[in-house]
Amino acid sequence: MIDSATRTTATRTAATSRAANVRRRGRNGAPALLIAPFFVLFTATMLVPIGYAVYLSLFTERRSGLGFGEPETVLTGLANYGRALTDPAYRDGYLTIAQYCLLYIPVMIGLSLAVALLLDSVLARAKRFLQLALFLPHAVPGIIAALVWTYLYTPGISPVLDALNSAGAQLDVLGHPLPAVVNMAVWEWTGYNMIIFFAALQAVPREVLEAAVVDGAGALRTAFSIKIPLIKASIVMVGLFTVIGSLQLFTEPMILRGASPGVTSTWTPNMYAYTAAFERNDYGLAAAASVLLALAAALLSFIVTRATRARSERRTEAAR
Amino acid sequence: MSTHTKQQRPWSLSKGAVNGALVLVTVYTLLPLGWLLTASAKNTPDLVGGNPLTLGNVHLGRNLHDLATADGGIYWRWYLNSLLYAGGGALLCAFICVCAGYAFEVYRFRGKEQLFGLVLVGVLVPTTALALPMYLLASKVGIVNTFWAVFIPSLVFPFGVYLSRIFVAGYVPGEVLEAARMDGAGELRTFWSIGLRMVTPGFVTVFLFQFTAIWNNFFLPLVMLSNTELFPVSLGLYSWNAQTHSFPDFYPLVVTGSLLAVLPLVVAFVALQRHWKAGLTAGSVK
Repeated sequence: MIDSATRTTATRTAATSRAANVRRRGRNGAPALLIAPFFVLFTATMLVPIGYAVYLSLFTERRSGLGFGEPETVLTGLANYGRALTDPAYRDGYLTIAQYCLLYIPVMIGLSLAVALLLDSVLARAKRFLQLALFLPHAVPGIIAALVWTYLYTPGISPVLDALNSAGAQLDVLGHPLPAVVNMAVWEWTGYNMIIFFAALQAVPREVLEAAVVDGAGALRTAFSIKIPLIKASIVMVGLFTVIGSLQLFTEPMILRGASPGVTSTWTPNMYAYTAAFERNDYGLAAAASVLLALAAALLSFIVTRATRARSERRTEAAR
Repeated sequence: MSTHTKQQRPWSLSKGAVNGALVLVTVYTLLPLGWLLTASAKNTPDLVGGNPLTLGNVHLGRNLHDLATADGGIYWRWYLNSLLYAGGGALLCAFICVCAGYAFEVYRFRGKEQLFGLVLVGVLVPTTALALPMYLLASKVGIVNTFWAVFIPSLVFPFGVYLSRIFVAGYVPGEVLEAARMDGAGELRTFWSIGLRMVTPGFVTVFLFQFTAIWNNFFLPLVMLSNTELFPVSLGLYSWNAQTHSFPDFYPLVVTGSLLAVLPLVVAFVALQRHWKAGLTAGSVK
């Protein structure tokens, strides 16, 4: 781990210094040929679908009177966006996501950070085993994780609930879909992000930590005043990807829906778009809902990267 | 070395508390997998009744047999499909990513940084939000409900291009490429027999990440496919799970099928530990 962490940092510097001398000039045939497959596919599966979705979102299909005859496609401008934004069901989807983020992000990031910090202090062999064990949920498809947890939430099937029940504690998980979904996501992502934090912690210079110890800082003090501030970039990056992932929440509530009546068919924005397309056959509305969701994600990542870049620039200036 | 530093650190948390917390987290992590393992050996009444697994009540063989024969053995068809989507897709995708990453790292050309910026924007595009637009486009083009509708989108992995560029920078020394050119090797020949070979560890990492992503993908096949013959395992299990309410006999099928669907990834991750750690590390130290 230490090895790979330092190597990547080293390669970054090697990459920039090499840029100065070994680059080839001219002979554009080879680079074009090597880059073309990616960009052709990138265009076909990302740019064109987004463009087409924007285009579709400007039209609405209208059926005459009784719904017989050919439906008519009418240019309605931004009307679909208006319909999505004024639909309380769509707005509630974002409310669900906001509540989900408020619960999920602090718990997941806190837990993975705590485990990464604790892992530093155990024996090397235990370290390897724990990293692998905690990473395993990432190897489990989201739908299967959701299925297993849904079974574990179901009274009668779940050994955990049965054990709690016989201890006198009644836990109605299926009646509370939000924490139920949060728990699924925490289980799936804690280990993955823990590895990222752990790798970043390995890159913290030993001298800094030793200096802190010499100055009499305890373990908790070192963690909060030195380690965590030094890996802030990793924490922000994980936070950003987590928010973008959260906006797309779909699989887990879809599975939970079968067992928990609290999850409606429009519980999250993505479920709303799915329902609009496949249950209401309203492609214009579905396209508008998807475009708005992508815009929200883009806006969010723009704000986060902007904010962190501004802060780190301020810091380098202060250091000068 | 570790004992040395440990003595220097005045731990304010006791060793016992640290170990206890880690054990707790590990139990939480492994519990659902352990349940899956034991549940897949239970028959329907034991599973639905929540009875503990006893030695006299192991039905794993029976469940596997049921799984293999249900709906005319369609589970194996799904499994094969998943292997094809994930294996073939990730292999081709890793190659495409390494090609692009190599070009970005080794050559200088006009608009390079703008193009790379576009790749980085692609990393942030929410893939699930993209699935529906892709469906709308695919239905316009007329490839909905075909193999290609799921296969083609899985070839695109912007983060893989980013990773590949970093790996090429780390594994392929410029001097080696220069020497190959001196010896008269063409650009593509140099890439094929030197660049690609030296960046193999990076190739494996990108392959592993994308294999996982495709194997685990659910939303894209859900919107694209309606023909059960084309389903990947994830979608097949979803369709079976939807029937468990009316037909409880589907429960053991879903549970045993889930266990088998998890196995290849667990094996891959245990066997290729070095590679996914390298990928995660490269991603975090930006």
